[in-house]
Amino acid sequence: MEIGKRVAREEDWIQGATGDWEIVLGLEVHAQVTSKAKLFSGASTEFGAEQNTHVSLVDAALPGMLPVINRVCVEQAVKTGLGLKAKINLRSVFDRKNYFYPDLPQGYQISQFKHPIVGEGEIEIDLPEERTEKIGIERLHLEQDAGKSVHDMHPSMSHVDLNRSGVALMEIVSRPDMRSAEEAQAYVRKLRTILRYLGTCDGNMEQGSLRADVNVSVRKPGGELGTRCEIKNVNSIRFIGQAIEHEARRQIEILEEGGKIDQETRLFDPKTGETRSMRSKEEAHDYRYFPDPDLLPLELQQEDVDRIAASLPELPDEKKERLMADYGLSAYDATVLVSDGARADFFEEVAKGRDPKLAVNWVNGDLFAALNREGHSLEASPVSAKQLGELLDLISDNTISGRIAKDVFDSMYKTGRNAIEIVEKEGLRQVTDTGAIEAAIDEVIAANPDKVEQVKTKPKLAGWFVGQVMKATSGKANPQLVNEILAKKIDIPSED
Amino acid sequence: MAKNDELIGLSLAEARDKLKAKEITSAELTDAYIAEMEAGRDLNAYVLETAEQAREMAKASDAKLAKGEGGAIEGVPLGIKDLFCTKDVRSTACSHILDGYTPAYESTVTSQLWRDGAVMLGKLNNDEFAMGSSNETSFYGPVTNPWRRNGDDTKLVPGGSSGGSSAAVAAKLCLGATATDTGGSIRQPAAFTGTVGIKPTYGRCSRWGIVAFASSLDQAGPITRDVRDAAIMLKSMAGHDPQDTTSVDRPVPDYEAALGQGVKGLTVGIPKEYRVDGMPEEIDALWSQGIEWLKAAGANIKEVSLPHTKYALPAYYIVAPAEASSNLARYDGVRYGLRVDGKDITEMYENTRAEGFGDEVRRRVLIGTYVLSAGYYDAYYLKAQKVRSLIAHDFRQAFSEVDVLLTPTAPSAAFGIGEKSDDPLSMYLNDVFTVTVNLAGLPGISVPAGLSKEGLPLGLQLIGRGFDEETLFRTAHKLEEAAQFTAAPEAWWRS
Repeated sequence: MEIGKRVAREEDWIQGATGDWEIVLGLEVHAQVTSKAKLFSGASTEFGAEQNTHVSLVDAALPGMLPVINRVCVEQAVKTGLGLKAKINLRSVFDRKNYFYPDLPQGYQISQFKHPIVGEGEIEIDLPEERTEKIGIERLHLEQDAGKSVHDMHPSMSHVDLNRSGVALMEIVSRPDMRSAEEAQAYVRKLRTILRYLGTCDGNMEQGSLRADVNVSVRKPGGELGTRCEIKNVNSIRFIGQAIEHEARRQIEILEEGGKIDQETRLFDPKTGETRSMRSKEEAHDYRYFPDPDLLPLELQQEDVDRIAASLPELPDEKKERLMADYGLSAYDATVLVSDGARADFFEEVAKGRDPKLAVNWVNGDLFAALNREGHSLEASPVSAKQLGELLDLISDNTISGRIAKDVFDSMYKTGRNAIEIVEKEGLRQVTDTGAIEAAIDEVIAANPDKVEQVKTKPKLAGWFVGQVMKATSGKANPQLVNEILAKKIDIPSED
Repeated sequence: MAKNDELIGLSLAEARDKLKAKEITSAELTDAYIAEMEAGRDLNAYVLETAEQAREMAKASDAKLAKGEGGAIEGVPLGIKDLFCTKDVRSTACSHILDGYTPAYESTVTSQLWRDGAVMLGKLNNDEFAMGSSNETSFYGPVTNPWRRNGDDTKLVPGGSSGGSSAAVAAKLCLGATATDTGGSIRQPAAFTGTVGIKPTYGRCSRWGIVAFASSLDQAGPITRDVRDAAIMLKSMAGHDPQDTTSVDRPVPDYEAALGQGVKGLTVGIPKEYRVDGMPEEIDALWSQGIEWLKAAGANIKEVSLPHTKYALPAYYIVAPAEASSNLARYDGVRYGLRVDGKDITEMYENTRAEGFGDEVRRRVLIGTYVLSAGYYDAYYLKAQKVRSLIAHDFRQAFSEVDVLLTPTAPSAAFGIGEKSDDPLSMYLNDVFTVTVNLAGLPGISVPAGLSKEGLPLGLQLIGRGFDEETLFRTAHKLEEAAQFTAAPEAWWRS
């Protein structure tokens, strides 16, 4: 589809005073490359180290120092490109982006401007109600991160921490193909999932491993593209949503009052939920890009690209297809599972040799409800896939009922013990002894002659009897058996 | 002094052999040079003397030599251009902005010299950040050429930017010196001082640890008294360095072994475009003489055309300042060197860079910033790069017909200090014969070939194919033999 052609669904339109508006969004995501060393030096990329302890001579831009490309970062970029179904450029060029800033020691950032390592690609995003959209990727290029200015250590001075200086980033630029905050958020989620599957970026937004610059413009639905504003460095998916909503409304307000949008760079303030101007187009830097003469053009061999392609893991979309085909899962269940590779793996372990529908309900339902409630990650789950599988086996072979299984699960989650151990210790085995069930039923009938009369005209009361029997057996009676025997004992008319 | 005169009279090759033969010690040789260095302070060739370190290094060399050990140039005292970073020794590129900067690392080229046993006498003056052709832009003041015009004690420039190197070698204040060449900064000073200077092929020497001027043009090389000494020094300086990805991984030949091979059967090209308007007659005559010498030695002579030569100088003065404007951005007062405070960060940058950089450096940073600016990039930088490709193509064409090219090194002999410093354009014209070689990344050598009417040395330049320094040395050696350049400046600075 041509750039910017898709029109948002009507429900995504924003109602202004003069009519409906449509948001057009493009994202530039900076993803920190997972690598031990920086892009052009051997210094460590470890997060959270003491200030200025991971700084090489190159990172500090001492006189006469020269960059040397880290091949691991190049491979990671290629891998990411392949994961985005993008064109890999066998020849790319590093350029210098020149500007002065205290946390930019060289006075320029080494980036790729005219000839990026990865060209056009595509991401399919997953939206509610099983809607998907294809979002175009314009390019991916490698560049250096800057250091960090620290302003709160001294009343009148700023400090600079160069630990991040020179860390490899992938800048992934989308086409302006998104039409709502929800789509932009889904895009970042999906991109993050793909990066994590590939192992090329940990996607940790709190630590700044993934940050987004959001380009926002508004237009009359399907109309000409409007002037865009770029909101810099938004560092959570929630903030991306807030920033877009606020920025779109701000722009609509200006346009409806007869004003025009100035192309500018804006900042999102999470405290106020608003965006504010950082610099106008007039104040924009002239970066004076030119090819970095310290680095030869980056040449890749097709064999290397092929080798990396052959080593790619199964990606979310492929995994989703497979889970649906192999396990008969719904698109919804499969989408939820593949949003996190570890969750999908967990599911597959639980589902092995078991009922997949039961497995997915327990993984996506009870397990994740408990993990979310307790704030645990899947990796830290007190119930392993093996343990959950054993619990499901107890349900399947009628050792316990589904109802009791939930209690057993809660107990497993709290104690980390195995299901069978809990069932035995707590005496939770399902009662399948028809004699015992009959006795319980007889007792309820004997104690409630009035109800026995009433049930003859009110069939709904049958449920009350089941409840009483379950109560009497502490929920352990097999519900199916209770129903069967009860039907024989009392005369319950059919409900037609 | 007699003993000292004898010692400093030895060439690098001779000194090396006598050291190996234990006829002399590095300690006495080094002491002799320290004495010369101190006696020659009026020349302002050294910006930092490291006598103490030199004596220690000499002592260590003598210990090795005594055991019959030691590297290829064990015990040989050298001067180091201040553009090279030397560990724990102040390295400023002769700029105020690097005041007091003392690196914790050693450049690859110098570390290879120390690996091979050389002794460091001190740091040599140069034009600030190697930007200049007369060594007048140094923060430490100009260097005086040891040579004077006949019967005239006007102070002359030693060429630039490696003016400290050329003056120190010519005045025998060291046995040889490191230098760098971005547009002629080794060859032109060599020509102005009657010394030999070779700029090897781009990528032959590592640039790691050399303060960058224009990264795609900068190359290190030696300035020495004769061709053999240059071959010896370059062998130590050259080689692949994984820390400089523009350095090339190919073996370093034994350049000295190429010297005796003569030029019989070689075809020497004479580029007709190098006959520029207004070139002094005596330089033209020297060039013709050079052709005759090589012809007499058995070489074939052939006129060739390098049609884009006239665009080289303007292209150079776009590419070099463009890269420089970016390379010098790191000197911002934030991390090291000079800082001049201001009310905010922008003012601090402005104050620091205004005070830290001299006029010529500022001029080039401004030119470079301009030619890279939005809207001008295509017209200047991109076009200059195209010219560069055309120039490289010219040379490739020529080298399909000839083995080596012969040209003058510079369009004039040394000029007076201050004569051209107010006229940047006439200063830039000094590089007219040398910049083409940098733009094409080829090797070039300047050999002293005669004296001007005023008694000043004049040089001839040989240009070779990429990584064919051996043919350059072999041809240069023949030229040297034929020219019999034995003139030396009177040691007026000693008195």
